[in-house]
Amino acid sequence: MSPILFWIFSALMLGFGAATILNRNPVASALSLVVSFLGLAALFFGLDANFIGVIQILVYAGAVMVLFIFIIMLLDLKAEQRRQINIPALLGGVAIVVAFTAQLVTVIRSYKAGNEPFAAITPNLPDAHNIGMTLFANYNLPFQVIGVLILVASIGVVVLSQRELK
Amino acid sequence: MNAILQFLSDPLPFLVWTTLAKSAGLLGVVLVMVSYTVYAERRVSSLMQDRLGPNRTGFPTSLLGFGIKDWSPFLGGLGQPIADALKLLLKEDFTPAYVNKFYYWIAPGLGIGAAIISLAVIPFGSSIAGVDMVIANVDIGPLFVFAISSLGVYGIVLAGWSSNSKYPFLGAVRSTNQLISYELALGLSIVPLILIIGKLNLVEIVSYQVQNGWMLLPGITAKAPHLPTLEQFLTWIPVFIAFLVFTISMFAETNRLPFDLPEAETELVSGYHTEYSSLKFALFFLGEYTAMITGSALIVTLFLGGWHFPGIPDGSAAGWLGVMWGLVNIGVFLAKVVAFLIFFIFIRWTLPRFRYDQLMKLGWIWFFEIALVNIFITALIVTYVH
Amino acid sequence: MAYKVPRPNLTFAEKIYLPSVLAGLKITLGHLWRMLRGKTHVCMQYPEEKWDSHLPDHYRGAPTLVSDEFGRTRCVACQLCEFICPPRAIRITPGEIPTDDTFAKVEKYPEQFQIDMIRCIYCGLCEEVCPEQAIFLKKEYAIARTSRAEMMHNKAKLIEMGGLQPGVVNKWNEKK
Repeated sequence: MSPILFWIFSALMLGFGAATILNRNPVASALSLVVSFLGLAALFFGLDANFIGVIQILVYAGAVMVLFIFIIMLLDLKAEQRRQINIPALLGGVAIVVAFTAQLVTVIRSYKAGNEPFAAITPNLPDAHNIGMTLFANYNLPFQVIGVLILVASIGVVVLSQRELK
Repeated sequence: MNAILQFLSDPLPFLVWTTLAKSAGLLGVVLVMVSYTVYAERRVSSLMQDRLGPNRTGFPTSLLGFGIKDWSPFLGGLGQPIADALKLLLKEDFTPAYVNKFYYWIAPGLGIGAAIISLAVIPFGSSIAGVDMVIANVDIGPLFVFAISSLGVYGIVLAGWSSNSKYPFLGAVRSTNQLISYELALGLSIVPLILIIGKLNLVEIVSYQVQNGWMLLPGITAKAPHLPTLEQFLTWIPVFIAFLVFTISMFAETNRLPFDLPEAETELVSGYHTEYSSLKFALFFLGEYTAMITGSALIVTLFLGGWHFPGIPDGSAAGWLGVMWGLVNIGVFLAKVVAFLIFFIFIRWTLPRFRYDQLMKLGWIWFFEIALVNIFITALIVTYVH
Repeated sequence: MAYKVPRPNLTFAEKIYLPSVLAGLKITLGHLWRMLRGKTHVCMQYPEEKWDSHLPDHYRGAPTLVSDEFGRTRCVACQLCEFICPPRAIRITPGEIPTDDTFAKVEKYPEQFQIDMIRCIYCGLCEEVCPEQAIFLKKEYAIARTSRAEMMHNKAKLIEMGGLQPGVVNKWNEKK
């Protein structure tokens, strides 16, 4: 992947990620998140991970965020736009972010293996095939367990929302 | 001159300019196809209703001295798309005062952009002079189409929401619901095909069909057409079910009748684009018909052998013969797509609109389940056949 | 009392809906096929084909002022049509007939008679209300011009369009 494209898409992703938090309009926030996902997907495409990139778009940008926007539009949220800036909370947040970044930087700098050149990856395409083989051959049991877990969670949601209706 | 030719045949510049040429050519063909699909829609519908339809705006052949009448009951009106395009361009582009301007302006672009980009992975021909007739030969063909067309829903949602008006909003809500519901059936219904073929690359899916027979008509191969064998017949059963589910879901995805609830005229004025006029409305219109073409192209690629037709070789032969066959392949593909578009139109003017609860029931209770069960059936059959 | 609408018991073929789709397609494609073979009688191709010779005598086209066999414009400027005209398309300026005229006893004649064809709704009330059988709706219906001035029919135009109307009562003639 060309470094220029990498920087462009990284900047897109981070910029719109920031816009997600900074926007006061909920719909604008959600849409910024969508663009951020698209930037992320473009980075995956650049790494020849087409399958993950397309799933990123299909699942997150195309389905999950559409549902989010759908709900936001129906609720017509106005409270967020009226809220005042809370100075102590803002300062606290900034302090935490600075502390976390400092810690991250020190940890990364002390990690020696990070400076060593990465062993060349031999492209082993198609990647959908690779993912399928890895998931269903090597990690079949964890995969099934996660599936059951999600099933239980969704049944739980249905049961809980039914109870609230009564 | 030689230096330029030398530069153009280097691998990277060659890739760039062939891709650009293919994109421009495909875009041109598709836009012309869209405008004539609208014309076909009007003519076919009127012929089905014992009318004549637009038969006046012909090309002025009499001025050029051909001695043909400019209008005739069946051939006139071929200039209608041009006149329509000019009319839409020259209309007043009105932006209501109460809309959310930014989103109101980007929504039409999102709608048509998604529809056009998803054409990039469709193999619309075999190859011409060694260049594959597909813009992006990626290993995730159908998924790419689904992913990009699922982004198209943002155009509709934003149009409905930013219009700040009740009917467009209702249309957008309906559209979102419908698209999300039928995307599931659409995605699941092609899993059997991928199980049988074992490839996600649309170019390879087509070449599989050239070797082993079209998915829907297994007897038609590059060799002499024959009756399907038992194995082919067994695999044909899930493919046929997948074809039905996929085609009907495609009707819902493209907002065509009998599933055109997002823009049901009798209920919602004209749905999500009620507040749009002029070029912005034209973009929605274009986007809708481009989505129809993309859908038909995908069906043709997945089920009907793409550019292949028995007796017509691919464009691998050397010299001008190969170029000619390559062009014929593109023509075959376009002919199949046009046949499907006409089928879309037949259905539109035959069936009444579904009720909303029927639409949801069909998507979630019938197609979703049928597609899931179909995957299991296919898995069993594929294990038996291999 | 609530009335429960009985639900029809659908057969399997009706439930899966596809046979009805095919049945519908059979009907619509049948129409298409008959149309393509030219078997269907279609609507008239208007500017080339016209229905003029079939128009009934009572057809309500453009209102006109008629003349009788003595060459007299029958209007006496009573202005009843002007009053009854629903869209107020008629404007009449009455004038006095000089005493040495043959029809001096009619006393009034329209100096100007204008019908605004942009306003006219072809209702025929003017013809119905006219006590003199002077205004008739003729068969001319293609009234489209390029300017508002041309759409204003003046007296000369109305008389020209009206022409001679036979079979009307000549109540102003001298008694024999």
